Parts: sequence; structure tokens; C-alpha cells
Amino acid sequence: MGAELMSVNNLSSLSSQPVAEHRGESESPSRLAEFRRYLRVFLTFARNSLIRDMTFRADFIFHCISSVAWTAMNVGFYVLVFRFTSMIGQDTGWGRDEFFLFLATVWFINSLVQAFFMPNANEFSELIRTGGLDFALLKPIDTQFLISFRRIEWSAMSNFVVGLLIAGVSLHSMATRPESPVFPSLMSWILYPFFVGCGVAIMYSIMICLAATSVWLGRNQSLYDFWFYITNFSRYPMEIYDTPLGRPLLGLFTLVIPVLVVVNVPARILAKPLNPRADWEWLLAAWAVIATVLCVAFSRWLFRLSLKSYRSASS
Amino acid sequence: MSGTTVPLPPIGFADRVRTWWVICRTALAERMAYRGDFALGTLMRFLPIITQIFLWGAIFDAIAETSPGDGTPKRIGGFDLAEMVAYFLLTMIARAFSSMPGLASGIAGQVRQGEIKKYLIQPIDLIAFLLLSRVAHKLAYYAVAIGPFALVFFLCRDYFTAGFPPPHVMVAFIASLMMGFLIGFFLEAAIGLISFWMLEINSLVLIFMLFSFFLSGHMFPLSLLPEPIGWYVNLLPLKYLAYFPAAIFLRKIPDDELMTELLIEAAWLVFFVILCRWMYSRGVRRYSGYGG
Repeated sequence: MGAELMSVNNLSSLSSQPVAEHRGESESPSRLAEFRRYLRVFLTFARNSLIRDMTFRADFIFHCISSVAWTAMNVGFYVLVFRFTSMIGQDTGWGRDEFFLFLATVWFINSLVQAFFMPNANEFSELIRTGGLDFALLKPIDTQFLISFRRIEWSAMSNFVVGLLIAGVSLHSMATRPESPVFPSLMSWILYPFFVGCGVAIMYSIMICLAATSVWLGRNQSLYDFWFYITNFSRYPMEIYDTPLGRPLLGLFTLVIPVLVVVNVPARILAKPLNPRADWEWLLAAWAVIATVLCVAFSRWLFRLSLKSYRSASS
Repeated sequence: MSGTTVPLPPIGFADRVRTWWVICRTALAERMAYRGDFALGTLMRFLPIITQIFLWGAIFDAIAETSPGDGTPKRIGGFDLAEMVAYFLLTMIARAFSSMPGLASGIAGQVRQGEIKKYLIQPIDLIAFLLLSRVAHKLAYYAVAIGPFALVFFLCRDYFTAGFPPPHVMVAFIASLMMGFLIGFFLEAAIGLISFWMLEINSLVLIFMLFSFFLSGHMFPLSLLPEPIGWYVNLLPLKYLAYFPAAIFLRKIPDDELMTELLIEAAWLVFFVILCRWMYSRGVRRYSGYGG
């Protein structure tokens, strides 16, 4: 708790404005200074979270071990699946190496979301229930920023490392296999992190939307569940939904709740580098960028709307 | 208190039943407080099944491609596609019986915070009380969940290509569900009771849940496992939580082995009941409660 109190003090000394909501362009310092202020606050959050995690070191290590065990079991499951088949869906190109690259992408995106946003979104519904949001609203900093980044769960990053391992092994296997070895082009290497970032932004937006609903619901205990059930659709190559029954789902989760582009677009860029790109793949990548912008904008709008309906509790 | 002790009237069976009934009613009321949220949550729980159907569809699709068809449906670990989907639906039922959310951590919390004292001075047994409230919770759960379950099973009826199994298999199926519930309860209660020796068992519970998710057959039919591993996993009692009932329903357990398998399950159940009793009595002996 000491660390947290410290961060609160830091925050107030960092700010030059008295009230959070009235930060007009005219009175604010230059964009760059503003950005640096936010960056400094973010780094303070990151440091405090790390201090907190390191206070309970055994717990931290245990969390790392259990999430790595979870990953290992998932990998085991897919190894098992590929004992029976050579590809997920016929002629889709998602063979073993490609699919494990896909899985690594899932792991990258999920670990980033879990490290940076999951603990905060969970805390948000608790802040609303207890009325603790009052204090967040009073802080001279953007409320969504404060709510989104306050806590970082460093142990979730262990899955990021495991993701790197899976990606490394499958890339190596792809490059050295006897039949049709492939190696991603430079362009793929540049685009991949960009689209992973887009994916994280989309997941973040969905999470903020879900968290915002807890203002109206009073309490959103099933936040995790909702999150899991929705993002569950993003965990597999989109080709598997390409059946008469699946196409409505494909449309819904590509266009309305774009969870399908989250992993599919970056994974496809890295896993299928040599294939000539079909037109729809370019369209999909373009849509991923547009969807990211729309999702972030929508979640911000919804978040602000929800704050308007916030009635403090118990203070 | 010197010398004279007032003999308490013996507790008859009717009194016991009355106590059980009160416990059940309380738990039922507790559960029914948030009906809407609860029905919605149950329906949502079927969403992962949708992705499972598509995933396995794609996997079977590719198998059909790699080995040119000879007319028979392709099988993985003895399951064809329809049976695979039916399997996942049936494990939902099995899990509805055997999953015990919050049981182990609840017991640990009571031990840690000293609430367990009340069971030591009241004529209520902790395990019996928890079991009864769990039964009531489950009953309330089925009362609400039967709607979503019926809907989903009706929509997916085509996957049950073999229809309902014959009566004796049905009886075995129901018996395995009941025992699955009890094994789930006593197994998780035993894990919760470890808290008499270790104050913080959350990490242990997490590990257990991880293993149980994979090794109970919740994620895939255990018959998919390659041989040496499969044999060991089949020795574990975790399969009774999900795989076993579903396998019975889909007639993956031959009739002549059915009785033996059920007896082994019953033996596991007895083992966990005794383990729980023993752990509780040992635990209470080393427990010390202070304050009010």
C-alpha cells in the first residue's frame, strides 16, 4: 500500500491543472510535454506494480509457473491434434508449424492484455461498487488512462516469453523443413508487430466496453467470463468458420465485434509469407486497421458515457 | 457445572432431516436471488462449444482429405465428428454435476478466518453442512439451467447419431453422474482441508484446476492420448469428473467392463470420503481458534 500512496503523491505533484475534466487545448502545455507527463506517470505505475509484485516473490513465481503450465498443456493438446491430422481444415495452409505460429500470436496478444489491462478492468468494477471511482475522477489526469494502466501484472509477461519460444521453434521448423521451407520477408517482420499492436488495441477496447457496463449493472462479476467467451472466437484460424453455418459468425466476429482480425491478420502475415496475397487478405488487413481505430474510439465514447451515469457510492 | 450434567435429548432421525431441510432451503433461496444473471451465464457457457464444433469440424475435414475415403466416417481416438461434438455436450452435463466452484477456497477461507469455530461448537458437521448446501445449490442450478441445456441439446440433436442408449447404459450414466458429483465434492473438500496445514492454498487450487481441466477429459476425450500416457491418466480419478459419464453415454465403455469401471469409481468415492473425514479430524485437532 505504501507504494500506492507514493504514486498518488507523485501524481498530484506531476500535474499543473486542478480539475481532470477541464483540460482544454488553450490552457494545456504543449502536446509533447503532455505526452511526457503521461509517460512518466505510466512508468511510475509500472515501477510500483513491479515493486508490489516483488514484495510477494513466491506468489509471483508461482503465478509464472502456473501460466507456463497452462501454456504447456495447450501446446500438448495441439501436438496431440496434429498427431491425427496434418492441417486444421483442408487446404487452409494451417499446418503444424503455421498453426503454432498462430498460437504464439494468440499468446502474445493475450499476455499483453492480461499484463496491462485485465487487472485494471477488474478493479474498475470494484471501484464503481465501492465508490472508489470518486478519487480516480478527482485526479488531474485522464480518467480512462488512470483506470487502464494503474496496475501491471508482470507475471503475465511470462506467457509472452513462452510465446516467443513457441514462435521461435515454429519459425525455425518452417525455415528448415525439407518440403517448401519458408522464411518471412522483411516486410512481414515490420507488419507483424504493428498488427499485434492493433490486436491488443481491439482487445483492450472490448475490455473497456465490458468494464464500462459495470457502471450500469452495479457490478460485473462475470467480466472475466464474458471476456473469455467473446475472445474465445479469436483463438482459431478464421477458415474454420468458413462453412454454411459458420459464415454468419464469421461476419459477426469480423465486422461487428472484430475479434477475428485480432490474431488472424498478424499470424497470417508471418505464417504465410510466400503465398501470393489474395485481394481479400489485403482488405482484411486494411479492415483490421480501420477496426482498431473504430473500436478505440467507440470504447472511449462508451467509457465517457458510462462515467456520466456514475453515481458515487458510500462516500 | 459441577457434577450435574443435564442429559440432552437424543437427536432423532427426524430432527436431522429437519436440519438438512433448513440448510437446503437456505441455500436454494441464496441461489435463486439472481435468476436472470444465472440463466444468461448458463447459456453463455455453451459459447465455447460453438468454437469447438468448428475446430473439430476443420480437423476432421483435413483428415478426410489426407486419407481418401473408403466410406466409413473418420475417427480420432474412437470418436467420429458427430460423437466428438456429442462428447463435448455431454461433458457439459458431467461438469454441471462434478464442478465445485469455490468449495476448496471457501473451506480455506473459513479455516484462515476462524469461522470454522462455529462448526466445532454447534451440532453441525462442516463437511455434511457443505455437502447439503452444495446439493441445494446444484438443485437450484439444474432448475434454472435445464432451460438452456434443453435448448442447446435440442439444437444439437443431430450429433447424437446413436440416439438414447439402452436402459442399463442409461442407469450406469446416471450413476456415474451422481458419483461424479460426490467425487468432485470430496476431492475438492480434501484439497480445501489441506488449509489446516498450509494457510494459503490458492496456488494449490489453481494447479489442481489446471490439471483437472486437461486430465478430466474436459478439453478432449482421454482416448486421444497416446498409449503410455493414456494408461496413467486412466488410473487417475479425475476422469470421473468429465470423461467417464460422457464415454458411458456414447457407449465407449464395453458392456462387460461397465460394472467393473463403476465399482472402481465407487471405490475412489469411498477413498475420498474417508480421506476427508480423516483430514478433518486430524485438522481440527491441530487447529486453535482465538477470540470471538
